[in-house]
Amino acid sequence: MEKVLEKEAYGLAAKDESGVLSLFCFSRRETGEKDVRFKVLFCGICHTDLSMAKNEWGFTTYPLVPGHEIVGVVTEVGAKVTKFNTGDKVGVGYMSGSCRSCENCSDGVENYCPKMILTSGAKDFDDTMTYGGYSDHMVCAEDFVIRIPENLPLDGAAPLLCAGVTVYSPMKYYGLNKSGMHIGVVGLGGLGHVGVKFAKAMGSKVTVISTSERKRDEAINRLGADAFLVSRNSKQMEDAMGTMDGIIDTVSATHPLLPLLGLLKNKGKFVMVGAPAEPLELPVLPLIFGRKMVTGSMVGGIKETQEMVDFAGKHNITADIELISADYINTAMERLAKADVQYRFVIDVANTLKPNP
Amino acid sequence: MAKSPETEHPNKVFGWAARDKSGLLSPFHFSRRDNGENDVTVKILYCGVCHTDLHTIKNDWGYSFYPVVPGHEIVGIATKVGKNVTKFKEGDRVGVGVITGSCQSCESCDQDLENYCPEMAFTYNAIGSDGTKNYGGYSENIVVDQRFVLRFPEGLPSDSGAPLLCAGITVYSPMKYYNMTEAGKHLGVAGLGGLGHVAVKIGKAFGLKVTVISSSPDKEDEAINRLGADSFLVTTDPRKMKAAIGTMDFIIDTVSAVHALYPLLGLLKVNGKLITLGLPDKPLELPIFPLVLGRKMVGGSDVGGMKETQEMLDFCAKHNITADIELIKMDEINSAMERLAKSDVRYRFVIDVANSLSPP
Repeated sequence: MEKVLEKEAYGLAAKDESGVLSLFCFSRRETGEKDVRFKVLFCGICHTDLSMAKNEWGFTTYPLVPGHEIVGVVTEVGAKVTKFNTGDKVGVGYMSGSCRSCENCSDGVENYCPKMILTSGAKDFDDTMTYGGYSDHMVCAEDFVIRIPENLPLDGAAPLLCAGVTVYSPMKYYGLNKSGMHIGVVGLGGLGHVGVKFAKAMGSKVTVISTSERKRDEAINRLGADAFLVSRNSKQMEDAMGTMDGIIDTVSATHPLLPLLGLLKNKGKFVMVGAPAEPLELPVLPLIFGRKMVTGSMVGGIKETQEMVDFAGKHNITADIELISADYINTAMERLAKADVQYRFVIDVANTLKPNP
Repeated sequence: MAKSPETEHPNKVFGWAARDKSGLLSPFHFSRRDNGENDVTVKILYCGVCHTDLHTIKNDWGYSFYPVVPGHEIVGIATKVGKNVTKFKEGDRVGVGVITGSCQSCESCDQDLENYCPEMAFTYNAIGSDGTKNYGGYSENIVVDQRFVLRFPEGLPSDSGAPLLCAGITVYSPMKYYNMTEAGKHLGVAGLGGLGHVAVKIGKAFGLKVTVISSSPDKEDEAINRLGADSFLVTTDPRKMKAAIGTMDFIIDTVSAVHALYPLLGLLKVNGKLITLGLPDKPLELPIFPLVLGRKMVGGSDVGGMKETQEMLDFCAKHNITADIELIKMDEINSAMERLAKSDVRYRFVIDVANSLSPP
């Protein structure tokens, strides 16, 4: 028998592989003793939302309410909640639960827990589906709620909860956060632009690597990158060979790794945070002759997500966003599919998502 | 007029060389430099046959300069030492490995990582610091700068110790660099050949649990009962591969043919490391999802610096680790190469140079 959930909620859901989103009424559990309930103010649109809405990875369950860059204000806390109070500005990112007992959970990397629960589109511990932040309110276990620093504007802070930690976590884990390093960022989109900002704040020299000249002015003059390389310009690429300590590759489309690996110094680290669906060609010789490595990373643990957002608060880092109303969502998704956004759409949920269309 | 190999240096030497990409080796007269003040002249006793020798004589990688005298797993006796040589004296048992030159002044060289120096010179098929071609260990002797000569420890046999100079350091260096030395961790060794069998022995000496991963079920008995591996995984057995998912901290991948990384990556735990040492002639397919979802990494490694090669030899001597070899005469080299191409050797051919190399 289906468990009866107590509180009414409403949001935007995709109902089939067309990925078109429309109003959807559902319910959420009552606030448990360790839960935090909050009214959603803003929710960022991550490319993953688009992929899941269209079932590109084959594991979407419909109806799907996306959204895992969620910021809001606490309306209720459970009796055993110690870290948050009503009125606090909080956020929730890519995950809303984990087993809490495996080695990954003990090491603060709940994101790698084999039983990690996605904020959107996964089966929760009570067997209900999780519904994400394209909705009026959320209820989430205290341990998976992030405090947003006072000084950060909430709309610009929302994308940090996924895009921000996705670039911050590997920069830290692979030691690419030391002042004076030279970091390459491949791709200038939602992840890439935040990557540039974080790397600059960490004291690195930053080179953006892109497929076209088009973004040079943006990268250097607005985002503060030190240099810009067009990956199809073999002279530029050759001049930059062997100069970078690390590269954060945010590109999800299939693309060649060989020229990018050539940009790394010996011992350089190449981190994939984009998720191409098809395998890439891996030339082995650069790894062997330069002792270079290729690795990947996915979001971050809760502790480091909090650390990341506090770091962003200290350095006044937010995402560059285009604020949209809820009824613009399908147009936004079409534009996102064409990478036509600088650099994240954020839904003004509180002001524009209505229960009755 | 350009000098011939026989006349470009003052001292005549005899060896065996390949002259074209048929890879056929035959007697070859050439010459070597006088022993300089920093040099050690080594009378060669044994030389291991590395798969790289085969690739080079057949020009598989497209940069062979014929004639090629291969051989970079060399053990012999020092017969002359230059006046600046402090580490060796005449009569010492010494080794020469994959590298015989580097710039000796860059960051890599300063860190004892001559193998990553941009001017690193290979023992053969490369241009030495005097601008002439280097000829390797399938020959009577070799003259080498003392920095690139290794002391062969007491107790390490010359014949079965020779392959350590390439195969040994090739697996030892990444095992140290990527921290695979913590007792109790689980190492997978993919491929059981020259590199793989030494990796099993060194892995066991580090106290690791070792699983051999192979496509040949008939190597199981060898792997477990002779080499001391703890378990054996056949890549073509889906049930066993599935049961082993997420169990390994590291994988040393010695397979040089093009092969699938996806099933190997699945064997790694979260944060697991796959170090690829084989040199396939085409890129491999790298699935990105396992890297992203499990923070796994694929890295490479290229032999080792001189300091760590010496450390590796001393480690192997201490733990009685040698290669499993098949000793051959110089004139058996061509059939050995044919067998090597079919991986028909357990696990390294070693040429008994001193006893079988003589001018016709």
